[in-house]
Amino acid sequence: MKFGILVSYVRFEEKKIFEALQARNIKFDKIYDNEIILDYQRDNTSYDLILDRSISHTRSLQCLKIFNDWGIKTVNNWKVANICGDKSLTTSVLVSKGIPMPHTMIAYSPESALKAIEEMDYPVVLKPAIGSWGRLISKVNDREAAEGLVEHKKTLGTYHHSSFYIQKYIDKPGRDIRVLVIGDKIATAIYRKSSHWLTNASRGATAEAFTVTSEIEELSLKAAEAVGGGILAVDILEDKDKYLVIEINYTPEFKLLHETTGVDIAGMMVDYAMEVAKK
Amino acid sequence: MAACIVCEGNIDIPEDTEEGEIIECPECGIELEVVSIDPIELAPAPKEEEDWGE
Repeated sequence: MKFGILVSYVRFEEKKIFEALQARNIKFDKIYDNEIILDYQRDNTSYDLILDRSISHTRSLQCLKIFNDWGIKTVNNWKVANICGDKSLTTSVLVSKGIPMPHTMIAYSPESALKAIEEMDYPVVLKPAIGSWGRLISKVNDREAAEGLVEHKKTLGTYHHSSFYIQKYIDKPGRDIRVLVIGDKIATAIYRKSSHWLTNASRGATAEAFTVTSEIEELSLKAAEAVGGGILAVDILEDKDKYLVIEINYTPEFKLLHETTGVDIAGMMVDYAMEVAKK
Repeated sequence: MAACIVCEGNIDIPEDTEEGEIIECPECGIELEVVSIDPIELAPAPKEEEDWGE
């Protein structure tokens, strides 16, 4: 069994995964995405499985596609990375599979974006379709703010800001729910709490253990399955009496989950990856 | 032990430190990347890029 881990940097999560592999006497290579050279014409790796922990969506997606085309199994596979790395694709897939999400629209010009925002009514949230950690996400409360933001995005934005992903703002109760799905099981879940409307861990949210209900379990597993399954963090908002999936992360950070729940997430991830390798 | 490339403060480098690990200088707080283990070589931690995330 030849096992590889695609990494950008070694964070808490990757160290835990290395430890879990060592504890199971599994030999592995660390594949640094800033050093790797892939020759499309020649499979220059011979891995049975590669676990993706790159923090770059571009590198993840391109490497996973090449690995998969070479016949190398990956966790997650490139299709899952493609869907989950792009909020527009995620939304389209989830909505088509009947997964409840906040009302969401996409537009491609400042004029049409403003029209969509007005139709949705304030407050709305504008997000880059590709991006994470709450970066460049804006809550827009009125027409004046919308006009300014849309103009800024158009003028200053790069390719990733060439579309306007517009979502109805959900007045959640100061928290969201992060559910970690591994294969067909729920590994663990937490509330992420913040006084700020953004509840990303990278924005300083604190955590509290969350006891998974059958409703959340069913929703999370369905959402994970809809995007192709694997190791996935499903983020869920509470909107009064219903739950809405907000996004799904395909290379989830789990420091906060681990520290809050004590669950051996890295071990579960490695065991799941080994199962995939043996299939 | 290594010297911070910014403030020259002392940074403890544990034995299990990995290449590519991001560490923080306890004296000035800057984040640094361990780009080499033997010998220890530190570089400024990379700046967050647009497609980074989880």
